[in-house]
Amino acid sequence: MVTASDPDPAPLFQARDLVKTYGSGVSLVNALRGVDLDIWPGEFVVLLGPSGSGKSTLLNIMGGLDQPTSGSLRYGDQDLTQCSTSELTRYRREHVGFVFQFYNLVPSLTARENVELVTDIAREPLPATESLDRVGLRERMNHFPSQLSGGEQQRVAIARAIAKRPAVLLCDEPTGALDVKTGVLVLEVIARVNRELGTTVAIITHNAAIAGMADRVVMLSDGAIHEVRKNSRRVDPSAISW
Amino acid sequence: MVTSLQRKLLRDLLGMKSQILAIALVLSCGVGALIMAICTAVSLQETMDAYYARQNFADIFAHAKRAPLSLVDRIAEIPGVARVYPRIVAEVKLDIPDLPEPATGRLVSLPEFGEPLLNGLHLRQGRLVEPGRAGEVVLNEAFATAHGLVPGDSLAAVINGRREELRVAGIALSPEFVYQIRPGEIFPDDKRFGVLWMGRSQMEAAFDLEGAWNDVVISLMHGASEERVITSLDTLTAPYGGQGAYPRSQQVSHRYVSDELTQLRAMATIPPAIFLGVAAFLLNVVINRLVRSQRVEIAMLKSFGYDDREVAWHYLGFALVITVLGLLIGVALGALMGRGMTSMYVQFFHFPELHFQLNPWVLGMATLASLGAGIFGTLGAVRKAASLPPAEAMRPEAPATYRATLVERLGLGGLLSPTAVMVLRQIQRQPVKALMSILGVALAIALLILGSFTADIIGDLLDLQFFTAQRQDMMVTFIESPEETAVHELEQLPGVHRVEPWRNVAVRLRHGPRSRRLGLMGLPADRTLLRPMDFDRREISLPPEGLVISQSLAGILDALPGDRVTLEVLEGHRTTLEVSIVGVVEDFSGTSAYMDLAGMNRLLADGALISGAMLTFDAASTGALYAAVKDCPNIAGSTLKLAALHGFEKTMSESLLRMRLFNTLFAGIIAFGVVYNAARISLSERAHELATLRVIGFTRGEVSSILLGEVGLLTLLAIAPGLLIGRGLAAITVVALATETQRFPLVVLPSTYGFAVVVVVAASIISALVVRRRIDHLDLLAVLKSHE
Repeated sequence: MVTASDPDPAPLFQARDLVKTYGSGVSLVNALRGVDLDIWPGEFVVLLGPSGSGKSTLLNIMGGLDQPTSGSLRYGDQDLTQCSTSELTRYRREHVGFVFQFYNLVPSLTARENVELVTDIAREPLPATESLDRVGLRERMNHFPSQLSGGEQQRVAIARAIAKRPAVLLCDEPTGALDVKTGVLVLEVIARVNRELGTTVAIITHNAAIAGMADRVVMLSDGAIHEVRKNSRRVDPSAISW
Repeated sequence: MVTSLQRKLLRDLLGMKSQILAIALVLSCGVGALIMAICTAVSLQETMDAYYARQNFADIFAHAKRAPLSLVDRIAEIPGVARVYPRIVAEVKLDIPDLPEPATGRLVSLPEFGEPLLNGLHLRQGRLVEPGRAGEVVLNEAFATAHGLVPGDSLAAVINGRREELRVAGIALSPEFVYQIRPGEIFPDDKRFGVLWMGRSQMEAAFDLEGAWNDVVISLMHGASEERVITSLDTLTAPYGGQGAYPRSQQVSHRYVSDELTQLRAMATIPPAIFLGVAAFLLNVVINRLVRSQRVEIAMLKSFGYDDREVAWHYLGFALVITVLGLLIGVALGALMGRGMTSMYVQFFHFPELHFQLNPWVLGMATLASLGAGIFGTLGAVRKAASLPPAEAMRPEAPATYRATLVERLGLGGLLSPTAVMVLRQIQRQPVKALMSILGVALAIALLILGSFTADIIGDLLDLQFFTAQRQDMMVTFIESPEETAVHELEQLPGVHRVEPWRNVAVRLRHGPRSRRLGLMGLPADRTLLRPMDFDRREISLPPEGLVISQSLAGILDALPGDRVTLEVLEGHRTTLEVSIVGVVEDFSGTSAYMDLAGMNRLLADGALISGAMLTFDAASTGALYAAVKDCPNIAGSTLKLAALHGFEKTMSESLLRMRLFNTLFAGIIAFGVVYNAARISLSERAHELATLRVIGFTRGEVSSILLGEVGLLTLLAIAPGLLIGRGLAAITVVALATETQRFPLVVLPSTYGFAVVVVVAASIISALVVRRRIDHLDLLAVLKSHE
């Protein structure tokens, strides 16, 4: 496994002086104020910060959902800040898996069909059943979201995110809506994806307890990184509680 | 293979199936109306064209007193003339065993051998007459059917004053009598007017026309000028009592068929446009709401790499499915209505066969029109979905902003209940949506008026025609115009109260290069029975001298009051005179000309002649009067006013009822669709709020009244504009339906307005009740847990 301590000179993400402002005049909001960040392939990063710290904005920009006001963000050889809308769409389609706080499953589709939403358009996807297998939901794949618990729904969302074999998994408060027990189950799944598939993982959270399972913890406040902490040892999710 | 996105589309559609059905039904009404009108028009037109071509229907028609057969060759030499077919045509009185009153028959000669050169017969039963067999006739089918006559049966006719027994040899149809109507009447009366074809030699003998003719029909070569042929023909026939030739477009039967075609084409525009417009509006509201409620799903799809086009197609898919559903129902509906319409035509128009046919190109047109409406209605919402920035869509929508309503700002807020305040603020927050809903319901009201007011017009015209303008019990027409003293003879008939003469003279009016052939009507100054009315229902007054003509005739002649026009009398002494136009009236028929009878007789100077008379009589003497009229040799025919009216009402009532039923159904569907959609969307937008109210202790009734109060208020607000739009559409329709020979008054009875309001309010109540059931079953916990 590649970690930050490896002397690999080529980061997967390379953010330089990322600035994002919303609005203008008195209502001007500085969501990001010059963020520099490198994330290496296979790394497990937790972006930690209170709400309004800019972590969601950073994740959205990394995921190609949003463009920074200034600065650059490279994904491998590609400068995401120079990409057209359709290039960003292709980037998301081919490289990025998203996991959202509220799962964002399509209520009218079963677990399996939700995963197939992604396998329908990905180039070399995992079979939907295998993805669901990996999150331990093969038995419940024909259930609709309303028939699944919150933790199960989030695991479907993860199965959906990894079905395209993404290079990077971006998780926005994946346990935010879950109780500890189910939250831990979900974190275990994410850790396993990182370990077994080598997928680079970035989780944003305001839950400091999660930080222990990362290779590196990036702490944000008020639109800037104020500390980057490297964990000498990654804590197993089962040992986490909040 | 079905993709997951397609599956989502399907399941989302199923989840909103009642809304979808409502929209599809509205759309289908538009498609149905379009297909019905155009396909019926095309079927009618094609049937007519084919029939005319097969039976060699003539292009020019002319009547004369007595012209020699030798004239035929000279007519044939007129440039542009293809075929000339001289005939003998005469009106006779018929005595039918099952009919107490006399009937009128029109005798038309048949060649001794073979088929007529023009206006060929389409034989339905039996055979044509055989040469030398006296008393054989071919009967027109409608008349034969009305009396149950079949080949071999017999009937009596008074031919040139002599009673003769006729034997039915065959039963046939003719392109000349597709619409079979006695001249001067407005409704067909198949029981009392028949056409009989008889061998030429018999008619020559009976009417003293050996080696001569009194009627000629002509077909033209391709590209020939009707006008020039008519002018040359009139010159040739003038010495022989020619009454002025006229083109096919003025031939009575053909004119009725072509007027019907004009009106069908008008029907193909306004109603379908309204339905498709409302369907587009409903789609717009529903798909907009769908996109708004699926913001997060759209963002999710985009975050996984679905591009804008794929998202756009997905939401366009909703429109396409609804459109296709509406189209399919609409085609079925159109075919059903078209069949109904065609079966109504079969009663009036006597073609060998008239079938309703679905035309591929009309289907194509309906498809394009409904797809157009569907895409037009959805495009805004689809564009919104496609351009939704994914990062932004992840964030919850900003809370709706409300503000105090006008009522509250005026300081009257204290008068309103909290529920009323919520209703008013909700409507004020989305004024465009509220306005569109009001417009939708208003259009439903308007459509109901549009669908029902034709019955008002027909009723009004019948009333005007049969009770205000015509107050006689019976009208008689004479074979030879007698002196006005004949009135005294009529007065002697049993039970007769009052007799008023009238005279109708075939004339051609000329003003500069413009001319028109018509029947000039002379009426006595002291008339009380036949009193022509103008558009404003005032009795048309006739000065002692000069012509009073219809507005559109004035337009055709480009003549104004005070202008002198040339009046060519086309019968009798055939004088040509100058006469002043003393009045132009707006009336319903469009091309009438009237004169005072005494003034007319002075002007024509051919004696105090009359063509017929109006009679009132004592109902108790009916039988005796009928018998007497049957025996009068000079009376060609008689028309009983009430019999004609009842015949028409009988034929029309079923059609009118069916039309009204369809319209009520249509408008009910629109009203239900609009109101139901408005309520459903409000419910889905405000489920959270309403559930919260339930949780804090509001009753189901109170919660329902917030939502349904909104629906009710929108419906009430729609009534006034609906009535206004309805009247406006009716006014447009009256203009669109008008032809040269027929104008319609704009009549909308209060009961029609009331009916429209009742139907729409009922549809609103039904849809409110359906939505109310949903409010009652709000899942409080689920709603509160959702993060919307």
